[in-house]
Amino acid sequence: MVTRRRSVLMLSLVLALVLLPLGAYSATAAGPSGGKLEVFSWWTSGGEAAALDSLFKEFAKVNPTGEIINATVAGGGGTNAKAVLQTRLAGGNPPDTWQVHPGNELLGQYVEPGYVDPITDLYKSEGWDKVMPKGIVDQMTKDGEIYGVLCGVHRGNGLWYNKKVLDAQGITVGATMSFDEFFKAADQLKAAKITPLCVGDSNIFASAQLFENTLLGVIGPEKYLGLWNGSVKFDAPEVKQAMTTFGKMLDYQNADHSALSWDQAVKKLMDGECVFNSMGDWAYGEFVKAGLKDNVDFGWVGHPGTTGSFMIVADGFVLAKNAPDPENTRAWLAVIGSKAGQEVFNPLKGSIPARTDVDRAKFGPYHNWSMDSFAKDALVPTVVHGSAAPAAFQQALFDSVTVFIVDRNVDAFATALVKAAQESGFAE
Amino acid sequence: MSSSALTGSQAQRAATVLVPRRRSWLPERTQSFLLLLPSFVAIAIFVYVFIAMTLYVSISNWRTLKMDLSLGQPPYATYLSMFAQPRFQADLRNTLVFTILFMGLAVLIGLALAILLDRNLRGRAVFRNIFLFPYALSFVVTGVAWRWIFNPETGINLFFNILGINPLLSQFGLEPLKPGWTTDPTVWLQVNKVLAAVWPPAAGLRVQLGIPAAIIPVAIAAVWQLSGFVMAMYTGGMATISDEVRQAARIDGATEGEIYRHIIIPMLKPVTISIVVLLLHTSLKIFDLVFTMAGPGPGFATDVPAIFVFEQTFRATRYNLGSAAAIFMLVLSGLVIVPYLRHSLKEG
Repeated sequence: MVTRRRSVLMLSLVLALVLLPLGAYSATAAGPSGGKLEVFSWWTSGGEAAALDSLFKEFAKVNPTGEIINATVAGGGGTNAKAVLQTRLAGGNPPDTWQVHPGNELLGQYVEPGYVDPITDLYKSEGWDKVMPKGIVDQMTKDGEIYGVLCGVHRGNGLWYNKKVLDAQGITVGATMSFDEFFKAADQLKAAKITPLCVGDSNIFASAQLFENTLLGVIGPEKYLGLWNGSVKFDAPEVKQAMTTFGKMLDYQNADHSALSWDQAVKKLMDGECVFNSMGDWAYGEFVKAGLKDNVDFGWVGHPGTTGSFMIVADGFVLAKNAPDPENTRAWLAVIGSKAGQEVFNPLKGSIPARTDVDRAKFGPYHNWSMDSFAKDALVPTVVHGSAAPAAFQQALFDSVTVFIVDRNVDAFATALVKAAQESGFAE
Repeated sequence: MSSSALTGSQAQRAATVLVPRRRSWLPERTQSFLLLLPSFVAIAIFVYVFIAMTLYVSISNWRTLKMDLSLGQPPYATYLSMFAQPRFQADLRNTLVFTILFMGLAVLIGLALAILLDRNLRGRAVFRNIFLFPYALSFVVTGVAWRWIFNPETGINLFFNILGINPLLSQFGLEPLKPGWTTDPTVWLQVNKVLAAVWPPAAGLRVQLGIPAAIIPVAIAAVWQLSGFVMAMYTGGMATISDEVRQAARIDGATEGEIYRHIIIPMLKPVTISIVVLLLHTSLKIFDLVFTMAGPGPGFATDVPAIFVFEQTFRATRYNLGSAAAIFMLVLSGLVIVPYLRHSLKEG
């Protein structure tokens, strides 16, 4: 009869609806075996993706049957990824672990609202408290609890150049470079009809990085640190001088800069269409992936004026609160902080290990140069990657740089930054 | 009539059998109300309550990832700071320029295509489909494709070399033609100084009021996508114009051109109003096309309020500023849609 068939259909529908959510809970794995691990990052370009893959292979040695979900969102500096992450966290659907920068980004955005769990016990059990420099571990500590582990430390204030083109023009770059030397070389290149500076700011963080490096180079590390604790204001004469220098550097950039992403600009440098590129050493991964040789095809030097300073752009991972698979996540974090993991990840990525006990022979000339600098230079945080100041100030800086590139109005730029600092609450 | 017609008494009995007595225990009005109730509730919650929540956030102090719903001092402070930002002023300028360019071109081209199709050429159906295909794409696909087309190094600029235009120009000693398209930060026809003479505070504006060169490729891409839709609406409108009107005009001695200019197009006025309203409210809220094609652009030449909302809410985590911009967009769209709806519902 019709009604009997209908009631059977209704019953099966109801049963299906009831049982469906139960199917979503898989049996919890005891210890790291099987299970899933969702790793959220913004490592999508050539060298970065290869480095992430090497970490996945290390993890597979610990947990051969585990499945890794590589959740990446493209966009330099994590600008797009952080937006996606925010919505997931607010919606109560966190990935197991995600990429963070220490400092303001980790402590202000994730620790304070309670999105991550502390991993202080991992530091003791894995022995990291003995091999990781206290300075950078403190950047991830709040009220005595440590909330993240770093896989690599990038240097933000680097200047890369195409050595072959410079050799052809008869320009040599020494161990340091001053702004005068830079402009002299740039003028010579411009006269030879070669674009001196490569910039790829379709994502404006690249120009903001150029500004940040120039600012550090002009005012020096002590005053630079003073900007973030309020003792130096953004309209101080030295800062305005840095803004003017930044504007001068922009006169030497390629005309299509706003159509290129940061890695496309590095590619232009590799092709020899432009010569210098101010970028952190995640650009090194691009050179490696293209098969170029250190000091033969390309070279590097600290950004003009910043020799003696090391701008830390470090990458680390966290343990999400209510992570879908905490066991696998802790295993992943252990791999990240391990000697083997850091030795296989960092050469591909361009960063140096956060551990101080790695085998230096496994790293090339650039890494050894960077590790020497990290050991003795003044360490400063980066604002362009969210460490030195809150996200609202970072966006205000990006907006001000966007307008400055076009109107070159130094006074208005300085006033805008002062106002943004006051609104974000870290300056009077 | 037919042999199966029923006699009078048979018909009466049939009527009582065929029309069942209404056994409803609710009057009809209540039934209709209950049928509509789920939609009402859903719209009330997911549209109006959310709008109210956004309005509240826009007057609060919520500026970081940590929720802070205390009222701002004064409540409209966020709106003041939003209008004072050069970026938002640039957004308003860009929306105005984009809307005028986009609507003007889309209506003109759509109308021209509809008139051409009206001429009963051979292969009419094929052309109609070709013109309408772009509307089937998503804005994201259009944005990416046109981004590649307008890339100054590898896109349409190559044609200027291939077709011999640039070699010709350099023969005459002129600069080769290589427009920057979306990378061009120039603003043409700047009216800042003119405006400052009339309204002194305009002299302090950082944003250059004029026509940003970079918004033109974006408008071209949007016109390409939507002129087919405009053409389809005009074709539909022309189909309702009976042939007798045209024949009467021909008898009176009007040429084809005059028929279109003086009769058909004025009769299409209701269609034109609908098209203008739909295009206007698309261009006020446009996000995906601009974001994938050009982003905020050099010096915010292609920034639009929707991108502003996205970046302020999700990158800067300034939820109150993002909400204020969203409420502003709502008011702007409402100013356009509400009079149109009142006008069209009154007629029906």
